[in-house]
Amino acid sequence: MAKRIDVSGLDAFYGHFKAVEDVSLTVEPRSVTAFIGPSGCGKSTLLRTFNRMHEVIPGARVSGKVMLDDENLYDDGVDPVAVRRTVGMVFQRPNPFPTMSIYDNVAAGLRLNGVKNKKVLDEVVERSLKRANLWGEVHDRLGKPGSSLSGGQQQRLCIARAVAVEPQVLLMDEPCSALDPISTLAIEDLIQDLKDRYTIIIVTHNMQQAARVSDRTAFFTIAGAGKPGRLVEIGDTAEMFSRPAEKATEDYITGRFG
Amino acid sequence: MAVVTSSPPAPTKRLLESESAGRRARNRLATVLMAACLLIAMLPLIWILWTVVSRGAGLLGDSTWWTNSQRGITSRRVGGGAYHAIVGTLVMALMTAVISVPIAIGTAIYLVEYGRGRFAKLVTFMVDVLTGIPSIVAALFIYALWVTAFGFQRVSFAVSLALVLLMVPVVVRSTEEMLRLVPRDLREASYALGVPRWKTIVKVVLPTAFSGIVTGIMLGLARVMGETAPLLILGPYTSSINLNPFDGNMAALPTFINQDRNNQALDPAFDRVWAAALTLILIVMVLSVLGRLLSRFGTVKK
Repeated sequence: MAKRIDVSGLDAFYGHFKAVEDVSLTVEPRSVTAFIGPSGCGKSTLLRTFNRMHEVIPGARVSGKVMLDDENLYDDGVDPVAVRRTVGMVFQRPNPFPTMSIYDNVAAGLRLNGVKNKKVLDEVVERSLKRANLWGEVHDRLGKPGSSLSGGQQQRLCIARAVAVEPQVLLMDEPCSALDPISTLAIEDLIQDLKDRYTIIIVTHNMQQAARVSDRTAFFTIAGAGKPGRLVEIGDTAEMFSRPAEKATEDYITGRFG
Repeated sequence: MAVVTSSPPAPTKRLLESESAGRRARNRLATVLMAACLLIAMLPLIWILWTVVSRGAGLLGDSTWWTNSQRGITSRRVGGGAYHAIVGTLVMALMTAVISVPIAIGTAIYLVEYGRGRFAKLVTFMVDVLTGIPSIVAALFIYALWVTAFGFQRVSFAVSLALVLLMVPVVVRSTEEMLRLVPRDLREASYALGVPRWKTIVKVVLPTAFSGIVTGIMLGLARVMGETAPLLILGPYTSSINLNPFDGNMAALPTFINQDRNNQALDPAFDRVWAAALTLILIVMVLSVLGRLLSRFGTVKK
């Protein structure tokens, strides 16, 4: 199921602006990797290159390689739509489809890709909601609008929606930044459950969160405004938080940034 | 640098003073002015409604008003109905909508989702120009095309073509606004599920903007149904019922009003003018309500 991601020599641009420069790293399957670093250091941009969402923005482009096991996502002839079915994504703000019910939100990925069999959809919806630890809270009101849920529930609904299409990799772009501590805890528990099945990468501003949920941590930084973001180091989370190899990492995680 | 001298301690003032008399007066003045503006804006509306309802409501209660035409009824005679004109207006509006709505929504989708660079700017500019075209110019253009160039008769389908020119820019504009209101988050959420772009537009973006788009269409229709110039130039009045948009004259409420207005000194004609005006207002109102219901139909039940 879960796949390894191998990034080498990756640059990402918005028009002429280089947002990420020369990143090479490996993300292990069935593990959680956290991306940390100051705002604007390109960690979200980098994350979005892993499912080719970066290029959705006009003028954005990527050079370099992102290998998913042995396939390069940026080879000619690779369909970005197919990539996104393999690499799922959860966004910063919960964004359930407002016109759809809870059921329809979870079923959306399959249904919009042509699955009509009601039995299959029923099964997938139940399984995905269970995986997202939301089934117990919503199973008796699947027909209600997704937007009627609380923020934390909406985010778990979005996770259920993302896992319903059976991706290999799950990208999470600050999934808890709009949530209260209790909902955050629920999502963090969920991430622990999900890592048995998926390769998970989580971008976070919350250092404690990175320490709690991740097996490996990558630290990014920028030299200054207008300069591209770079990877400083990547390693085991425990190691990174106790004995970082780089001074910049230590300064950042101990709060003596700059 | 200049030395900053500390200002002498101000006489002790209470931190939370009561509002000064001057500010209170300005506030009151502004409130009164705003309320006056509202009244001035509302006054003509209420006046028009009152005039139309008080003079037109009488005939609407007649059983023949909604079922009969004006065939064989002169301006001196009481009786007959507006059925021919109501049906004519609805037929023309329907044809106009059927042609305009797909064109307008397609254009708006192009502009919002695909349009980049020069061509999109050109389209936007053209839509702007089209918005400002007076209805009589649209009518004359279609006359030149339909009658002079092609040699066809003046029929209600030609009226609809002129009305299309007036309705398309209105609907493009409103649909564009509504599509831009759909957050990028939702499109990205759909892309991230591996849904292709066109399906994202059809299944996520359009449904999200649906109620706003319907409202825009209704506004466009309301504008078009009251248009008179294209009717005068392209759609001659008749007092009989005609359902064929490609053959013969077809009545419409505006031309019905215009017809009887020529003889407004005579009481029966005078009454019919106001009754027809009220009928037109009612039809537009009913359509708006239907639009609202339709747009509510699309959303998930709370």
